[in-house]
Amino acid sequence: MTISSRRDRRRTVPIGLALTVGAVLTAFPFFWMLTTSFKPLDQSYTYPPKVVPTRWTLSSYIELFTQLDFGRYLFNTVIVVLVSFVGLFLMAMAGYAFAKFRFRGKGPLFMLVLSTMMIPIQVTMIPTYLILNSVKLTNTLVGIALPTLVSAFNVFLFRQFMTTIPDEVLEAARLDGAREARAFFSIVLPMSKPILAVVGVLTFISGWNSFLWPLIIANDQNHYTLSVGVSLLNKQLAVNPPLEMAGASMMVVPIVIVFMQLQKYIVRGVNMSGLK
Amino acid sequence: MSTSTIEAIAPSAPAVVTEGRPAEGPRPRRRRRVSLTPYLFISPTLICLVAFGVLPIAVAAVVSLTNMNISGLGNLANVHFIGLSNYRSLFSDPAFWESLRNTGLYVVVGVPSIIVGSLTIAIALNQSQSRFFRALRAFYFLPAITAIVAISLIWGYLYNDQFGLLNYLLSLVHVPPVEWLTSSLVAKFSVAFVAIWRASGLDIVIFLAGLQAIPADYYEAASIDGAGQLRQVFSITLPLLRFAIFFVLVTTLISWMQLFDEPYVLTAGGPVHATTSISLYIYQQGFSYNEFGFASAASMVLFAMIAVVTAVQLRARKRGASDNL
Repeated sequence: MTISSRRDRRRTVPIGLALTVGAVLTAFPFFWMLTTSFKPLDQSYTYPPKVVPTRWTLSSYIELFTQLDFGRYLFNTVIVVLVSFVGLFLMAMAGYAFAKFRFRGKGPLFMLVLSTMMIPIQVTMIPTYLILNSVKLTNTLVGIALPTLVSAFNVFLFRQFMTTIPDEVLEAARLDGAREARAFFSIVLPMSKPILAVVGVLTFISGWNSFLWPLIIANDQNHYTLSVGVSLLNKQLAVNPPLEMAGASMMVVPIVIVFMQLQKYIVRGVNMSGLK
Repeated sequence: MSTSTIEAIAPSAPAVVTEGRPAEGPRPRRRRRVSLTPYLFISPTLICLVAFGVLPIAVAAVVSLTNMNISGLGNLANVHFIGLSNYRSLFSDPAFWESLRNTGLYVVVGVPSIIVGSLTIAIALNQSQSRFFRALRAFYFLPAITAIVAISLIWGYLYNDQFGLLNYLLSLVHVPPVEWLTSSLVAKFSVAFVAIWRASGLDIVIFLAGLQAIPADYYEAASIDGAGQLRQVFSITLPLLRFAIFFVLVTTLISWMQLFDEPYVLTAGGPVHATTSISLYIYQQGFSYNEFGFASAASMVLFAMIAVVTAVQLRARKRGASDNL
């Protein structure tokens, strides 16, 4: 280590510099988004563009909530995310059964689960809309969350993790007379905290960001989520970059905060999927 | 071990399973062994996946043979089977072919760029385990977790013809303004670039996971043998990453065949149809014009294409795997 450390350094410094430049370029659009969102309208048109506003203002954010209905969109988005967390438990249950039970048809059923990963959303979107419409779930928040409530990939992650729970622990619980449902909630779930964190973060991100389903299922303003509201900002009559960027920030900043806090779980999820 | 698991499960199962029936009693042992518990655990998930994954394919196949549209949505009596006529009009629609060509271009430009780009960045990021390098990773991953809608809005502003930042930067080096999203040729690449920028982050993480599983001794042994940096990449890293590369190739290819959000928000498929992907075409036919039957026919074509690509890749993978044995 010490012998090669100087040679390492000669190599890592230029690579580190190149990576830093790349990282700054990658992150720059987000920086631009934030600064523009605080600009007064006239400063977003100026030529040359101002990187940082000379006069900071919250007016775009205020407009989102007063002129537009972003308070409602935000509320709807939170509801959709909460509903999708129900799916988290359904997927954990399924993952547990596939990991720890032997039953007839287990192999084919698991293949069925996995095969749904290959089905493109473009094929399912029209029939799903027709199906939800026939049970009067279009234009409801539950209808928005339902098509993506469970995902095969997350079931797969749960199964991967739960196979590592020792059988002895489960057997001990059963010998103590714990019923399956209780064993699941009092033993399996607490032992699965790491994977719950991983899938929880993924569920939050995909629920928060989801766009196509809200777009299809929500027909009136009252059921729009943030993503739909944001996408409509550039279809306004007059182009208003600070307003657009304020809307984009509303979507991006919470996710970045969650990501920064829980980054290690996301990376761990990828590692756990067995791609190593 | 496994039989003992079943034994252990059995006693508690009837309580959950056979509501109202006495849990005790002379039930034969075999009856208990086919416990319903696992089925109860998987059924909610399975029902959802079948209802929103498998069933829709059958529905789409049927609807694609009908004239289902907005009036059919209101009253099913207005829906009639019209045979393959949706497919016939689909294949004679120039806009459909243009959307196929655009999707092909997106795939040809996007997939190799993403794989080469994210692999290069991942290898570079893996050169050091220092805190600084670890912090850098987050920046590259950022676009992957943010909403595409927001991202497209940001890039739309950067690309703007009149007051966008990109044209200003070009003017500094005396390059005339580029019509990033309004020229039918440039717009295709502008849309593809945003999609590349966004999609790389996830692949970088996948590649990093693969890279970290390669034992450091391999590289040490190679450098003792006098192998240079580049040589090590080609003789150790790439062969050992084969599975990760294959996985990324499959998932990236399939997701690019389905590219939707970027063209939808950045250009709405325009100018004219220049950036319309096949997914956007399906969406427009279905939800802008309410031609559900026609759009379903288009979606079946996309489904067939994706199925073929998946089958070919799985086959290639199998052959590759058996070669190595």
